[in-house]
Amino acid sequence: MLRYVVRRLLQLVVVILVLSLLLFAWLRSLPGGPVSALLGERATEESRRALTAQLGLDQPIFVQYFRFLGRALSGDFGNSTGVAPGSTAMEVFSQRFPATIELSVLAIIIAVLLGIPLGYLAARRRGGWFDNLSVIGSLIGVAVPVFFLAFLLKYLFAVQLGWLPSAGRQTSGIDATRVTGFFVLDGIMTQEWDAALDALLHLILPAMALATIPFAVIFRITRAAVLDVLDEDYVRTAESKGLTTPVVRRRHVLRNAMLPVVTTIGLQTGALLAGAVLTERVFGYPGVGEALAIGFERRDYPVLQLLIIIAAMVYVLVNLLVDVSYALIDPRIRTR
Amino acid sequence: MTGTKKQRIDALAESTVDKPEDSGVSLAASAWRRLRRNPAFLVGAVITVLFVAVALISPWLAPHDPAARDLADQVVKARNEIPPAQPGHPLGGDPQGRDFLSRLLVGSQQTLMVGVFATLIGLAGGLVLGTLAGALGGWVDSVVMRAVDVMLSVPSLLLAVSISALFARPSQFTVIIAVAIVQIPIFARLLRGSMLAQRGSDHVLAARSLGVRPGAIVFRHMLPNSLGPVIVQATLVLATSIIDAAALSFLGLGNPDDSVPEWGQMLGGSQQVIDSHPALSFWPAGCIIVVALGFTLIGESLRDALDPKNRR
Repeated sequence: MLRYVVRRLLQLVVVILVLSLLLFAWLRSLPGGPVSALLGERATEESRRALTAQLGLDQPIFVQYFRFLGRALSGDFGNSTGVAPGSTAMEVFSQRFPATIELSVLAIIIAVLLGIPLGYLAARRRGGWFDNLSVIGSLIGVAVPVFFLAFLLKYLFAVQLGWLPSAGRQTSGIDATRVTGFFVLDGIMTQEWDAALDALLHLILPAMALATIPFAVIFRITRAAVLDVLDEDYVRTAESKGLTTPVVRRRHVLRNAMLPVVTTIGLQTGALLAGAVLTERVFGYPGVGEALAIGFERRDYPVLQLLIIIAAMVYVLVNLLVDVSYALIDPRIRTR
Repeated sequence: MTGTKKQRIDALAESTVDKPEDSGVSLAASAWRRLRRNPAFLVGAVITVLFVAVALISPWLAPHDPAARDLADQVVKARNEIPPAQPGHPLGGDPQGRDFLSRLLVGSQQTLMVGVFATLIGLAGGLVLGTLAGALGGWVDSVVMRAVDVMLSVPSLLLAVSISALFARPSQFTVIIAVAIVQIPIFARLLRGSMLAQRGSDHVLAARSLGVRPGAIVFRHMLPNSLGPVIVQATLVLATSIIDAAALSFLGLGNPDDSVPEWGQMLGGSQQVIDSHPALSFWPAGCIIVVALGFTLIGESLRDALDPKNRR
């Protein structure tokens, strides 16, 4: 097991190194570039050249890459040129990462709290109207463009009804103390309850939009897993030896059905970032996803490099965790 | 449907590989028998047939020229006024004063094109890479698969965004390419998985011992038997590519030339006025949702039908 994990971690290092090189060359072959984005179309040739040299973009690409690698090893990923000029890429990341984590965690909580019970109920009533209705609902959930759903929620609950805030992380008048960067957590820790509630209200709509796809997937996996388990011999054995239905359901059906569900939750968490790019854009939510969208528009190389590499690392690490937990839970997989 | 993205792809590859020793009825025949009785498949098929039919005859169906600004005199930019529904224009006009119903009808053509071409290009790329890796094995397999791993390590929308950012001028073509490339690693891994699953199987062994050339084994025996999962995935990709194209349009990476309408572009472009004119978003969104649902229903029921576990 340990050898397997070590081998996978080494593979991760290789994948990330290759990705960083490709990404580096890729970004620099994009049309435009940070100099045009910063100075605009009408800048003089002289000021362009000066800024190009100042950013180190006049060097050969391999020199640039190895300089980037060298600095990256000491934690310096360069200065942001477009998302937040004046800050380092690392500062952009550390300010925005908690925002996206907060959003993703709430989205996953919503998806799990709805997806597992509904999936279980649907499987218990297989073929009934509730089952059919919720299966159709989950298929539609995957077919709706995320950004459209986000707009729909914003239009309905923020613009028309005015129940929830439509943008940002915190109402501007509120002067909250910052401890961790997680606004809800900060409010709770400093006992500024109004700030915590305000931050939570800002989270609800984007989290609902972000939760749709994970919810639909978790629902369907739960339903399929429970159906599979209900067919198993050991469930029939448990029933035939006279165990009461609640005991069979709890000990035999649910526990075994949870294996694939848990892994699905892990994977959906890893994949949330793609949805976050769209959702954060709609709600003007200052997270990693919005930074990626702005970064591409303004050709902010340092920020894009750091954020995409971290996104890939998180994604690959979550995959590894899922594989490991799978092997730990199900001994049959270890022998492969 | 469990495990990592990679494992899921591999499991799909293995699950639908035909095992000829199973029964006397061919997999295709028994799959078709089950498909015909599946209401989900029928609904999906009806939606898809309607969609393709509308796309084919929409130039004759549309009451007006989708590019003509018939209602331009009713557009007031400063006051954000867009032509309302009126006789002859049941859905009113778009922000340029063009007949909205005609644009919606004709938009089905480009939407179908985006879906079909993105899927075909992704499929072609995946077929080449997957066949190379699965048939040759060894270092070719390692190199191809590591490349696939790198592509899979980036969330798919992010990959599509970075590909379309590569083009100086976005167009329908760049949208299709960006959406298609994202699919290549998935198809490649899928095909490699089912080729590997067949390498040790009896029919390949039999062909080999009969002295069939390796090339013929790959193309006549292994490839045709690997197509089941690929077809399932392709049907699902038809849906996701249309949705992804809409997302690219929303992020400003879509086709800026809207003389020939496309639903994703119409949806992505109408988000600025969604508060004042929600119908401009709802119609293309509704069309995309229904069509994506249709393709997904077909894909899911195909997957069930081709799964040997469900054979009776």
